[in-house]
Order: sequence, then structure tokens, then C-alpha cells
Amino acid sequence: MRGGHLPTHRLGRIGLDILAGTGRMGILLVQIVRPAPTTPHGLARLLHQLRFVGSRSMLVINVAALFVGMVLALQFHDTLVRFGSITLLGSAVGLSLVRELAPVLTALIVIGRAGSAVCAEMAIMRTDSQIDALECMAIDARRYLLWPRFMAFLIAVPLLTAMFDVVGIVGGYCVATANFDLGAATYFTGITENMTGHDLQMGIVKSACFGALSAWICLGQGFLIHRGPLAYSGSEGVSQTTTSAVVTSSLVVLFADYILSSLML
Amino acid sequence: MRSFDTAVPVEARAICAEFQGRQVLRDVSLSVGRREIFAIIGPSGSGKTTLLRHLLGLARPRQGSAFVFGHPVAELSRHELAGLRRRIGVAFQGGALLNSLSVVQNIELPLKQHTRLDAATIRIMTHIKLELLGLLDIDALMPAQLSGGMLKRASLARAVIMDPELLFVDEPSSGLDPVNAAALDDLLVELRDSLGMTIVVITHAMETALNIADKILLLDSGEVVTVGTPTELLQSRDARVQSMLQRRPVRAGSAADDYLNRLTAGT
Repeated sequence: MRGGHLPTHRLGRIGLDILAGTGRMGILLVQIVRPAPTTPHGLARLLHQLRFVGSRSMLVINVAALFVGMVLALQFHDTLVRFGSITLLGSAVGLSLVRELAPVLTALIVIGRAGSAVCAEMAIMRTDSQIDALECMAIDARRYLLWPRFMAFLIAVPLLTAMFDVVGIVGGYCVATANFDLGAATYFTGITENMTGHDLQMGIVKSACFGALSAWICLGQGFLIHRGPLAYSGSEGVSQTTTSAVVTSSLVVLFADYILSSLML
Repeated sequence: MRSFDTAVPVEARAICAEFQGRQVLRDVSLSVGRREIFAIIGPSGSGKTTLLRHLLGLARPRQGSAFVFGHPVAELSRHELAGLRRRIGVAFQGGALLNSLSVVQNIELPLKQHTRLDAATIRIMTHIKLELLGLLDIDALMPAQLSGGMLKRASLARAVIMDPELLFVDEPSSGLDPVNAAALDDLLVELRDSLGMTIVVITHAMETALNIADKILLLDSGEVVTVGTPTELLQSRDARVQSMLQRRPVRAGSAADDYLNRLTAGT
């Protein structure tokens, strides 16, 4: 048996590949966020990406938030009735959304809608030599392509999360008033009395981290497709890279959610 | 840094390169003089585009060095390489236009990124290049709407928009009809004569090389077969040169020959 075929060698090779890939992704992140003068053209590209990542995600975010808020109200009502604490329905729905569900669900929806798209776009640009062409024109592809997309995720995900919070709370209110005859005052007073600045801060910090993480992974996997095992797999390579980016970033968001929750609670 | 005016525009010294464990360039050396049209020809898979990537600093050689205007491209920092590339134009084989921009936006991109020219001046300069390459009627189209020939012309227009000192053109005539291919050949000569550009053309079309090049390098299986003027190439007795000139593969008792002989004997 040749040395290269031993299980330990293969394991070592996989480990080295993972280390090298992580190192490349780390360097890429530094290159994306390093300070550099922003031109008017750069701002225009950022606004264009904000429209794509943010504005065009609003419909799906609003619909998802409405139903999540409504389901939460149903579920919490069923539980709170058993303990005679129905007046806490508003705060239960609000706190669940603001601290946990809105940041995570918003990030997962944005990954599915915009993360997959930017990953595929970068991968196609790489395999089609468009990124090489940018470099040959002395245009920094990281600054030109990655920075506006990364910043758009970083800005849009917290804003979309805030929208998710509001619409979800309204969804819960609709169910609370229509199904359980709970007054608006009871529902909203519960929220204002029990929700603190720390809860809002937790939601904002989480959503900003999730936005940055998902952008980094989706953009990085697409942009660096030529350095990975799928470099010469053509369209199949692009689709597999996109799937991998969506799965990885979703899992990383869930893992980061646990870490951030344990740090901030 | 050496002056751009005195340095040799392009030089390669014993470049060796590997691709997925296979050696694709072996000791490739070349030198391109100023205002010269230098053609790198060879059959498909001979390593032409790989050599171009090394000359552009898009790939690092396993051994040897590539120099552009006297600078070792593989050893430059990103900032230095960007400075050098502002003097260079590259027209890629498949066009490599940015899909999200229209043809005119693609062509004016280097001007917008590297100059402080006002929009009207940029529009005029772009218009001149569009006219030069016969693209005036398609400037608003997106790259996905263009034919292969139009993509090549648009890519060339973008490559020359900054009037570079050095122009690399990868397979300018592949996929073009003979009339458009000849027109593109003439255009390259005109760019050299009128703007004093040094041009490196990567091609598998011997006609293009013989028509426009001052010097031709023949590459086969990653090795330099010969370098010389078109006349020297035409007079060469090398089998691989003759094979390219006559558009016939080098055959030496292949399995296909045996099979054909047996078929012929049977009839």
C-alpha cells in the first residue's frame, strides 16, 4: 500500500486542505474589510447591492415574519393559558422574536435568497475569467466586487431583522385580538414592560454578525472557487459550490447564534 | 523601478509550469521587442493560454520568471502589479466582459476607474473605440446578447480604451468568419502602427501569425519549437512547423494508420 493511500495520510490531507481553505478565507476577509477610500462609483455599487440584498428581500421577510408571529401567538397562548398568564402573550412573542427568531430566520432567508445568488455570481465570474479581466485592468476585484456585497449584507440584515421584529409582533397581535380577544393595550404593554435595551442590543449584534458571516462565506466560496476541488468542474462546480456555501453559512449562523446567546445572556 | 521607456516589454526566462501534476510549460523563453507584433502559435492544448497567464502575473511559474517592462511579475506586490497593469491591455479569449454591465459600460470601465475624466469625455473616447471596432450599433446590448465575434471585438475595445503600451490578445480570430478575422488582423497592425503598441497575439491560426507578426514563436506540448520571422518559419524544415503550416497532424505510424491500412487491405 502506497503511503499516500493510507487513511491517516488522507485524513492529514483533508486536515491540511481545511486549514489552507480557512487561511485563504481569513486573508480574503481582511482584504475585503481593510480601510480604503470609497469612490462615488463604489457607493453606487453599494446602493445597487443594498437594493438587491435588502429591498428585494423585504417581501419574503415580511410574509415569513407575519406567519412566524401568528404561529408564535398560537403556540404561546396554548402554553400560557395553562399557567393563567395570558397577559404575558405580547412579551413572550416579542422577546422570542427580538432575541432569537428574527435574527436567525432573517439570516437564513437572506442566505437562501441573496447568499446563494452572490456565491453563484462570483463563481461564474471566476470560471468565466471575468475576475481575471478585472485584475488585468488593474481593478482590485475584492474592492470592486466583494466590498459592496459584504457591506450590503452587513447593513441590510440588521434592518431586515428589525422589520421582521415589527411585522412578527403585528402578526402575533392579529392572532391575539382576533382569536383570543386580548386587548391591544394588554398585548403591547406586555412587550414594553418586559423588553429591555439589552434584548434589542442582542438582536442587533446577532443580526450584524450573521450578516457578516453569511456574506463572508457565500462570497468567499464563490470568489475562491478556483482554489478548491471544484475549480474545473464547470457548471456543476458552480452549483455544488453554491449549495456548499448555503449549507455552511446556515450552519455557521446557527452555531454563532448559540455562542452569542451564551455570551450575551 | 526601471523606466518603462527603455525596458524590454515582455520577456520570459525558462518558464516551467505544472497543471494538476502535468508539466504544461517546459523552459519557455521569449523576448518581445518594442512596437513588435509577437505571435505565439501552437495547436490546442500546447500551453499558449497558460503562458499568457504567466506573462500577466495571473499564475506563478514553478521555475523561471516572466518580466513585463523589466519587472518580474510573479514577485511584485499587488500594488506594484496594479501599477504595471495600467500600462497593459488584455483581450481574453472568451471576451470576459462583465455580464452585469452593458457593452459600453464594460468598455468605459477602465476610464471610470483610473481617470478623473468627466462623463462627456469618457463618452467621446468610448465612442471612438466603438467606431474603430465597428460596435456602434450594439453598445447598449448586454454581453449575453452578443455573438462570439462581437464579444471578441468588445473585449478588444475594452483592452485598448486606455491606449496601453502593451496589448495581449488571446485567440483574436478563433470563431470568426474569414472577413472579420482579416479585419481584426488589420486592426491589430493599425494599432501598432498608429499608437505604437507592442502586441502579443496568442493564436492557433497560422494565417493570422504569418499576416501580421514580426516574430512568431511556435509552442508544442509546452515546449518552444522555434522562434523566428514569418519568412524563417516558412523556410523551416522542422516537422512540427511544417505540420502547422500545412494544417496536418504529425503522424508516425499511429494506431489510426494501422486501422485504416487494414480497412484498405480488406477492400
